[in-house]
Amino acid sequence: MTDRAVPARRGRAFARINPVYVVLAALLVAIALNNPAFVEPTGYMNFVKRAAPLAILAAGQLFVIVSGGFDLSAGAVVTFVVVGASMLLGENPDGTWWVIALMYGAGLGVGLVNGAIVCYLRVPSLIATLGTMISLGGAAAMWSGGAPRGYLSDGFRWFGRANLGDIPVIGFLPVAVIVLGVVGAALGWLMHGANLGRLLHAVGDNPRAARLAGVPVNRVRITAFVISALSAVTAGVLLGGFAGVSTDVGAGFELQAITAAVLGGAQLLGGRGSVLATIAGALTLTAIFTLLNFLGLPQPVRQVVQGVILIAAVAVATYRRRSSGG
Amino acid sequence: MTRPSPGQGALVIEMAGVSKAFHGVMALRDVGFACHAGEVHALVGENGAGKSTLIKILSGAYRPDRGALRMAGRPIAFAHPLDALNAGVSVIHQEFSLLPERTVAQNVFLGREPTRRGVIDAAAMRAETARALDLLGAPLDPDARVGELAIAERQMVEIAKAISLDARVLVMDEPTAALNEHECAILYRTVETLAARGVAVVYITHRMREVSRLAARVTVLKDGEVAARFDTQPAPQTIVRAMVGRDIADFYAPPATPAEIGAVVLDVRGLATATLRDVGFELRAGEIVGFAGLQGAGRAALAMALYGEAAITAGSVSLDGAPVAFRSPRAAISGGLGLLPGDRKAEGLALMQSVRDNGMLGARAFARLLARRSTHAHAGATYIDALLDRMDVRAASYDQEIRFLSGGNQQKTILARWLALDPRVLIFIEPTRGVHVNAKAGIYRLMRDLARRGAAIMMISSDLPELIGAADRILVMRDGAIVAEFGHGAAEAAIMLAATGEREAAA
Amino acid sequence: MTAVVARARAGLRFERWAPALLLGGAVGLYVGIALLTGQSQYLTPDNAVAILGRSIALGITAIGQTFAILVASIDLSVASLISASAVLASVVMNGEPRMILPAIVAVLALGALVGLVNGLIITKLEVNPLIATLGMALIIQGGLSAFVSNFAGAVPEAFLVFAYGAIAGVPLSLVFLLALAAVAGFVLRFTRFGSDIYSVGGNRDAARLAGLRTDRVVIGAHVVCSLCAAIAGLYLASRLRSGAPWIGSDGVYDLESIAVVVIGGTLLAGGRGGVWGTMGGVLIFSLIDATFNLAGVDAFAKQVLRGVVIVAAVAFYAVRSRRLVA
Repeated sequence: MTDRAVPARRGRAFARINPVYVVLAALLVAIALNNPAFVEPTGYMNFVKRAAPLAILAAGQLFVIVSGGFDLSAGAVVTFVVVGASMLLGENPDGTWWVIALMYGAGLGVGLVNGAIVCYLRVPSLIATLGTMISLGGAAAMWSGGAPRGYLSDGFRWFGRANLGDIPVIGFLPVAVIVLGVVGAALGWLMHGANLGRLLHAVGDNPRAARLAGVPVNRVRITAFVISALSAVTAGVLLGGFAGVSTDVGAGFELQAITAAVLGGAQLLGGRGSVLATIAGALTLTAIFTLLNFLGLPQPVRQVVQGVILIAAVAVATYRRRSSGG
Repeated sequence: MTRPSPGQGALVIEMAGVSKAFHGVMALRDVGFACHAGEVHALVGENGAGKSTLIKILSGAYRPDRGALRMAGRPIAFAHPLDALNAGVSVIHQEFSLLPERTVAQNVFLGREPTRRGVIDAAAMRAETARALDLLGAPLDPDARVGELAIAERQMVEIAKAISLDARVLVMDEPTAALNEHECAILYRTVETLAARGVAVVYITHRMREVSRLAARVTVLKDGEVAARFDTQPAPQTIVRAMVGRDIADFYAPPATPAEIGAVVLDVRGLATATLRDVGFELRAGEIVGFAGLQGAGRAALAMALYGEAAITAGSVSLDGAPVAFRSPRAAISGGLGLLPGDRKAEGLALMQSVRDNGMLGARAFARLLARRSTHAHAGATYIDALLDRMDVRAASYDQEIRFLSGGNQQKTILARWLALDPRVLIFIEPTRGVHVNAKAGIYRLMRDLARRGAAIMMISSDLPELIGAADRILVMRDGAIVAEFGHGAAEAAIMLAATGEREAAA
Repeated sequence: MTAVVARARAGLRFERWAPALLLGGAVGLYVGIALLTGQSQYLTPDNAVAILGRSIALGITAIGQTFAILVASIDLSVASLISASAVLASVVMNGEPRMILPAIVAVLALGALVGLVNGLIITKLEVNPLIATLGMALIIQGGLSAFVSNFAGAVPEAFLVFAYGAIAGVPLSLVFLLALAAVAGFVLRFTRFGSDIYSVGGNRDAARLAGLRTDRVVIGAHVVCSLCAAIAGLYLASRLRSGAPWIGSDGVYDLESIAVVVIGGTLLAGGRGGVWGTMGGVLIFSLIDATFNLAGVDAFAKQVLRGVVIVAAVAFYAVRSRRLVA
């Protein structure tokens, strides 16, 4: 109410450290205590390798979240890539490169369709991308006749599976980790170094104000959906390296990606989010799942834990935001 | 015109030593206020003086940090708006709290529908609503959907609600903001009727003529404190001085001299849209043109039509002599327009982003998506920082989230956004709404500076004194058309007359 | 001023007639396809009843979803709650007729509990309803899958009446659905609770200022929604003779229930609409499904088209609004 600026409050510096890094560090220590082999390169490299598809998917999803929407079709894109690639490669085992190119083309198409439905038909993204998810799932099943018979060529599996040997200090480096590094850096630059990222934040924060300020809102939003879909294709290619071919290989992946983004402090419905923290969120989620495995808890407990984390992370974010004067 | 003399009725509601702070900023400080049965107590103050906080405390929406609330001498605390209603305090908010999808009767009985064996007694609701409307002399159908009523009619629904609640205290927040002269007259009579029936009316306004017409007592709020209290009707100038805290000369920058006014920049002819008809005017370089009119007269609609946000059905617009037809705000901005929206939070700001990001938004919108965030020729961070410095935007740092800034600094940041694009025409909608009175002069000065540097400025404001002081000429709109034009320093009454279209002189 | 009012009236008129328009279109399509493919034997009243009979579970769920959406919330946990309820019913009954009543009580209690928790998370922790109910869906599904992985328990013969019984040639379940719709319609139209739902959904702040206990209304709507999902679970247990942890997600009841509510003219933003529109929406969906069957569309292609239909249906309403959506 006064024209003096509000003085910075005590504890702001502490509040600024993203809690996800603290949580991740604690979890890694816990894993290492449970499993001393984890501190060996084989241990942690395999951990990052396993987390890479989710981390990439989540980083892409973050673009849509920051722009104010959701992309629930990402998991179906992963499935579509794995199933589609296996169908194509089953007949042309040497076609790794054009199959991958084709899959990126399909991803581009899905992103454009999602964006167009949201921007031009004004369907809320949740419903639009759920619709795409259902259709895409149907398409994958249609293509494979419900039970994929093809197989993935070794060339295709190389990205998710292979390790580059003879690296000093760490000994070996999985290709998936390199892909994660490159994609993470690229997405990080787009979000935090490029104009696109600032416009995404503005659009997600207040689309009306962004429009009145001249921001090409539709172009920005569609770009976000395209980035998310292309990330999902990348995640699908990596996942194809170590997962079996089935019509539910990507199922539920989109929710894990959203959970990872939320863990990383992304603001649902737009306006705030960090690529690095989202990747840390994905690693955190994977670490939690790893710990649950150590504890011998059955697979479905993952889902329960994930649900609790999702709600708790949003509740905590709401609480923090309110107490900081939101 | 029966004005009860003060002290007639019993003390109904009383606030003592009430303070309220938000995030460390005092909105109310040690405020005392009392209202008696059967009197109209005017509460006046500039925007941001703390009136709305006080209302929210009276209505139970906020709880005071300190201080006491008493009704009929007994201490009382409202934990929920329901408590206030039960205690007999009804508030008519400026943004009506009516549900447009529901009927008049459903709105009157919102939250307290009578039931018979668990079933809502619609007949009783209708009858009681009709009775209350009758008392007001408002010929409304209880079954009409509120969304289809005119603003004045909605106001009647709000008052009917208070009557049917048997309110002992009625708080009215600037009830005439959107009413024409005839409707105002009806409202004044209604207020007098209610007071005569023993209701304590707290009447919030900034229109002096309403104070003179209605109030028995006057309390002036300024910067969250009681600046003055009058138990008898004082002279309007006395009230104004207490509100503003100083004389208002020098408040506005001097108007443009004929030499400063240049060629026609924006030429609008025969413009029509869904709500506008045959609007024609021109804006010249170096000139600030004010647009006066009631809420809904078409001023904001005109701004949005020019800005590419509403479909134009007829007429022509030319900018610097070339015909233009903007299909989107983006196109309008490319053409050289800029707009500062009236509702800053909803339409102007990305509240979670930094001051700098908000200031750079306009330039960034026209940079390539893959450009580096801060090296755009015009929008480099140093450039915007210099601009923000020059405009004297006060923030702990330009990295601070803009939601923490005051209204005046937020407005300056949006202005910086436009300066980075060098617009030919700038449209200001309610430029000082929610801006502290001490910061207003700074905004007027910036507007004048812009005009001096050759921009044409369209200024839409509901604050008549501000329009008269800051604009070089004033166009008055009514029912979607321009109906009158006045020069700098025209009389408030004459403008009001044109805006309301009434023949008889304003009170 | 008058133009604005006229436009508001036109908008209202459109939304009142749109469901009827869509329904007419769906009937026309069905009849057209039947005649074109020479299958006029499917144009009998008996067949109309059969078409409706296939959508009982969706109808029951959608009645509950109408409450959640009217109050400006949403429930994505219905599908997993349906699975959990069906499994719980069939496990508790375990073929024993005397356990029917305890099973029903247990299922309804589960529904009430889930609704209560959903409502509390949304109102007290201020978690976005999408995320709150999505998290709840994960928790329920995970918890359920931890215990059962296939059809579990069995429903006694006596309980099959719910799905297979008939009164005067009309399926009992259809009568039940219509009765439930009538009760829901009555509650919304004639009771204080119903009135409060419209008020809170229309403008939560205004309702609060008018003295409504808005939190309780939101919680109440969620309890109704979850109870309906639980009843749908009971119905499916009866229809399938047993419960399995995938029957809810297989039916896509979360998305489909939202879609039929929206198609029925209820605003996704809350405050306007009703149960009878939703019933119209269910009918439209059943007809489209039946049309696909008539046209001989295979199951996977049907899934693809279903996604398209859902998006198209929501777009039909949404495209008219100038509001920017996320």
